[in-house]
Amino acid sequence: MVESVIERITRGHFWDFHGGIHPPEQKFLTSNKPIKQLALPKQLIIPLQQHIGREGDLLVSIGEHVLKGQALTLSTNPMVVPIHAPTSGTISAIKMSVIAHPSGLSQLCVFLDVDGEDTWRKRDVCTDLAQLSNHEIIKKIADAGIAGMGGAGFPTHIKVSSKPDIKFLIINGAECEPYITADDLLMMEQSNAIVDGIKIIDRLLTPAVILIGIEANKPKAIKALQQATAAIEKIKVCIVPTKYPTGGEKQLVQILTGQEVTSGRLPIHDGIVMQNIATCFAINEAVRHDTPLIRRVVTVTGQALNKPQNVWALLGTPINFLLEQCSVENIKNEKQTVIMGGPMMGFSVSSELVPIVKTSNCILVPSKKEMPSAFEKESKEVECIRCGQCSDVCPSQLLPQELQWSAKAKDYSQLEKLNLRDCIDCGACAYVCPSQIPLVHYYRIAKAEIREQQQLDLKAEKAKIRFEARKLRLEKEKVARQEKHQKAAAARKAAMNKATPEATGAKSAVAAALARVKAKKASKGQSQVNTSDSQNDLPTDTAVDQKSQVATAIARAKAKKKLKEEAVQKPSTSDGIVDNAIEEKSASTQQASTDDKKEKIAAAIAKAKAKKLSKSAEAPDLEKDSDDTSPKKTVSSDDKKAKIAAAIAKAKAKKLSKSAEVPGLEKDSEDSLPEQTVSSDDKKAKIAAAIAKAKNKALAKANEGKVEVNETSLLTSTNNATEIDSKPLQPEKMVQNNIAESENKPVAATDKKAKIAAAIAKAKAKKKLKEANTVEENDRDGV
Amino acid sequence: MNILLAILVLGSIAAVFGALLGFASVRFKVDADPIVDQLDALLPQTQCGQCGYPGCKPYAQAVADGEAINKCAPGGEDTIKKIADLMGVEVQPIDDSHVSGDAPKSNRPKVAFVIEEDCIGCTKCIQACPVDAIIGAAKQMHTIIIDECTGCDLCVAPCPVDCIEMRELPDTIHNWQWDLTSIPVKQLD
Amino acid sequence: MAFWIASSPHNHNHTKTPNLMRLVIYATLPGVLAQWYFFGWGNLIHIGLAMTTAIICEFTVLSLRKKPISHELFDGSAFLTALLLGICLPALAPWWITVIGTMFAIVIVKQLYGGLGHNPFNPAMAGYVMLLVSFPLQMTLWQPPLTLVAVDLNFSNTLTTILTGFTVEGYSVEQVRTSIDGITMATPLDTLKTNTGLGLTVLESIKSPVFGENLALGWEWVNAGFLLGGLFLISRKAIAWQTPVSFLLSLFICSFIGYSISPDSSASTMFHWFSGATMLGAFFILTDPVTGATSNKGRIVVGLLAGLLVYLIRTSGGYPDGVAFAILLCNMSAPLIDQYTRPRTYGHQKGDK
Repeated sequence: MVESVIERITRGHFWDFHGGIHPPEQKFLTSNKPIKQLALPKQLIIPLQQHIGREGDLLVSIGEHVLKGQALTLSTNPMVVPIHAPTSGTISAIKMSVIAHPSGLSQLCVFLDVDGEDTWRKRDVCTDLAQLSNHEIIKKIADAGIAGMGGAGFPTHIKVSSKPDIKFLIINGAECEPYITADDLLMMEQSNAIVDGIKIIDRLLTPAVILIGIEANKPKAIKALQQATAAIEKIKVCIVPTKYPTGGEKQLVQILTGQEVTSGRLPIHDGIVMQNIATCFAINEAVRHDTPLIRRVVTVTGQALNKPQNVWALLGTPINFLLEQCSVENIKNEKQTVIMGGPMMGFSVSSELVPIVKTSNCILVPSKKEMPSAFEKESKEVECIRCGQCSDVCPSQLLPQELQWSAKAKDYSQLEKLNLRDCIDCGACAYVCPSQIPLVHYYRIAKAEIREQQQLDLKAEKAKIRFEARKLRLEKEKVARQEKHQKAAAARKAAMNKATPEATGAKSAVAAALARVKAKKASKGQSQVNTSDSQNDLPTDTAVDQKSQVATAIARAKAKKKLKEEAVQKPSTSDGIVDNAIEEKSASTQQASTDDKKEKIAAAIAKAKAKKLSKSAEAPDLEKDSDDTSPKKTVSSDDKKAKIAAAIAKAKAKKLSKSAEVPGLEKDSEDSLPEQTVSSDDKKAKIAAAIAKAKNKALAKANEGKVEVNETSLLTSTNNATEIDSKPLQPEKMVQNNIAESENKPVAATDKKAKIAAAIAKAKAKKKLKEANTVEENDRDGV
Repeated sequence: MNILLAILVLGSIAAVFGALLGFASVRFKVDADPIVDQLDALLPQTQCGQCGYPGCKPYAQAVADGEAINKCAPGGEDTIKKIADLMGVEVQPIDDSHVSGDAPKSNRPKVAFVIEEDCIGCTKCIQACPVDAIIGAAKQMHTIIIDECTGCDLCVAPCPVDCIEMRELPDTIHNWQWDLTSIPVKQLD
Repeated sequence: MAFWIASSPHNHNHTKTPNLMRLVIYATLPGVLAQWYFFGWGNLIHIGLAMTTAIICEFTVLSLRKKPISHELFDGSAFLTALLLGICLPALAPWWITVIGTMFAIVIVKQLYGGLGHNPFNPAMAGYVMLLVSFPLQMTLWQPPLTLVAVDLNFSNTLTTILTGFTVEGYSVEQVRTSIDGITMATPLDTLKTNTGLGLTVLESIKSPVFGENLALGWEWVNAGFLLGGLFLISRKAIAWQTPVSFLLSLFICSFIGYSISPDSSASTMFHWFSGATMLGAFFILTDPVTGATSNKGRIVVGLLAGLLVYLIRTSGGYPDGVAFAILLCNMSAPLIDQYTRPRTYGHQKGDK
């Protein structure tokens, strides 16, 4: 295949790529003037990153004096290309500055104050390349900081150290962009050095054939190269027709070899390596003369300049220095486009301080006359008429008009289908568009958005994985913790079962405590049996846990109710109501022992029912009771059950006490209830105290303002629905307040029982007071 | 007789086509991703929990079970639209009650940032982070792995000293979106 | 100085849509002149009427749509639509035919679909077909070539006929259309169709004076004029050559096959080329980029399809000429054709899209 290509090339027949345009070349502005050596600028601004990849680590600090060619950054990462001091001087600052990028964003730059001495560091000039190994040559190229000088800035040492079988080495001297003549001039003036550089790459890559592609509009450069390569069989100088964008990598590959670079792959996968002319020159400089990449040829051109020409510019030279050197003063436009690169693919710079970097080959300052579209304030874009001229000129054979619609509609999947990623941003479509649509700009935005979307997708995928991993880890940790706890428990058990003295001691202590508790319970049960015969059947003696306490309380309450039923002289309806309400409540409390929430709900329902019934029965006092009981149920502390039991008991007690006919029973209930609650623990004691207090208060209230009671009942009957919902919260607070109050009482913690007893005594006294008042109350009931 | 014939013919046609359809459904069965996985793929994976579920996958599961599709605040309208497409339901406006606090109205992604001098090393944020993007140990200063941070802001609330804030990622040349109008242009004399 | 930011490319070849439209308008001149020479003022009056209507409609709709009027009103597309419609109409059709047709073309077919670049159908042809279907009587008021007309059809006579239906002297349209020997004259295509339907052979049919000495009196020159204009457009690269070439080729092949099979009932290939709206359709209407296919392959397919359709409609359809219908049908199929004729992108294999 290589042979047939060579045969075709020797006959001067080349392939053609689709589309392409012929914009006005304007190369005559600079092509006939030699490359000018410039004076040293005062300050250089050297961006740390001038290539594709990452920036290296800084080797210098502010205030340091550096010599020409001294490395400023270094890294072991192969994608990092070092930068060098283009001349000797002092580092005055290392800070963010506007870089050569279409965005006008800033990146870290080294500011070098030039001392004018231009002192070289020690150089190691190599006279005989044969002594160097390939590895050494590649190292020299890498150390010299060479990155592709055609535009992309791909690190050259990676490109020349690739292993696979290389068929074609293509040297790109097409320079198809209008205006630019930097490579043209370099080829004219430095053809031998370029050929030496090509020879070095030849040695590293050993391609089957080397093709130098030059557009036909550079006769002098072609002649110079033909002379320089006359003796070398392997190198073919190929004169390709002038057409934009011949210099595109993919296009030049197609023109010279007839192959297409498969989408998404690099030419190297097909055995093709392409190098720029300027890169070849830089390689020769680096390997032979140990001169790192610190300067390059830049075409400073455009009709807005008096003296457009090619110059040797040190990397880091701000463009305002270059423009001064080429007499920019005849600019009369208020707004001036300064383009870095050519008119087709270059970008307009936003600041005069933008420095020349390794990839800048042209500074174009057009006049308004020669490039009016670059000065248009508003886009002259009109609707696409699908004329298809864009697809006729597209070198990638895309359908720009369809891409444009999809890009505007942000239909990224369709853009993907239309192969937007194969667009090379050459700008041919936008150049010919009669509707003046800035097609490339739309594609760039779409490409940036697609890229960002892909990054977001990647990130989301990563986040998902990390989230799952974390979940798994937490799960594992939980299991591990449980195991640990189990083990620890087992160990404790084992230790206890062992007959060690401490263990037996502890065990006996626990046993003793348990025994004490039981004894207490038993005695209490005794007293309860004494106080009421109906309580005989209660399993109080075995009641150690709270459940049984609740059960006791409920049973007791029922028993009392029965007693009350017998004695009460009130209308039977109200009795029935009370009974129902209480039963509901007791049922709910039983549930409470199994489930806290259910209990709350049930309590609320019970309360509600009780309220309604009591209201319908016109028994304001009872209603008030139920109001008091339910809040206690909703108290959300750890020993709810105890509280509930207490509350129920209390409720009943109150009811009974209020029905003035059964004073004796009231007393009983008062007695049994607090004792029951006290037996479990401190908190219960507190609660009991609180209950007692609450009762006192209630009684006091009943005494002081029965009118008030009535009022509240009336109020509740009017808006019962809302109150049912809101009540459980409010009274809960009340209970808590009560508890707090009882806690605040200056009673020693040790003799709580005494305190409770006192409280009970107090309560009883009050009840008696109330008794006296109940006559009045009954009257009211009658009313 | 005619009726019988008609029934026979129609019946046999029905049988033939029924068999055909049955065969096709078995033979050409498309193994699609379970709906939950597809939904999960649409969600932004910030794991922020603003939807009321402990992560994106649980919310995907909930949506598959009939939960409202408009609870994903970080995903925004775009995600809702995609979910609506997938689930074949109407697009709904985003449920504001699931947008936590001052939800970012700008499009730029935000990441958490630890104000280092204020950090007391309590590890509370580390426990809150759904993607383990915070590193640090007890009594040591913590820091955010920016690349891993999903911007869910779940770590902001637990911080006892308020040393975590959400910051927009800066514009770099790598994430620049070709917004030429935003470039500051310098005016010279 | 201040820096000025723009996206690349910074250069442009300075082509503009209005210039393109103007070029197309100029290219119709030979055909329009031939029309004027052989058929008198009728079509010029219709063109003027159509252009006035078009500009008023365009202005109204653009201002209703709050579009930049100065920008879009004079982009030439409305003028071109009006021009093409005016050329197509029967010379003696009443004035309101033109007005209605243009209004329909501009307001409904073009602007309601989103304006220039968004209309799926060619506005002129859609307007023409709408008129043809809705006002069949008026749309058959074809005027015979001036040499066959007994009445002196000067400018004022034509104008009054169009406006009132009568010449200044009081002749009705029917009288004007009647030849000296009292036969109402139609277009050659119409005559051929009717005669073939009556069982006459082509050879017998073309004895009718409307066919003239060559193919179709007057019509042949009008078509030649449009062919000339079309070639000019191709040379200026304003239109793609693929569409007209494939269209004419397709029509040629179809008519050739028909003629070979039964020469008695089929017109010659050249008759198909140079009668009716063949050349106008080939170079000025089918090539409308907005409604056509965009890829070269697609253009060829559209041309071939249009040629086939024109032949089929002319020979077996209900209408004498089928260019307008064929073009509308092609407009309809263009997006589908585009879908299947996408070129292979650089670096992609034939199969993968």
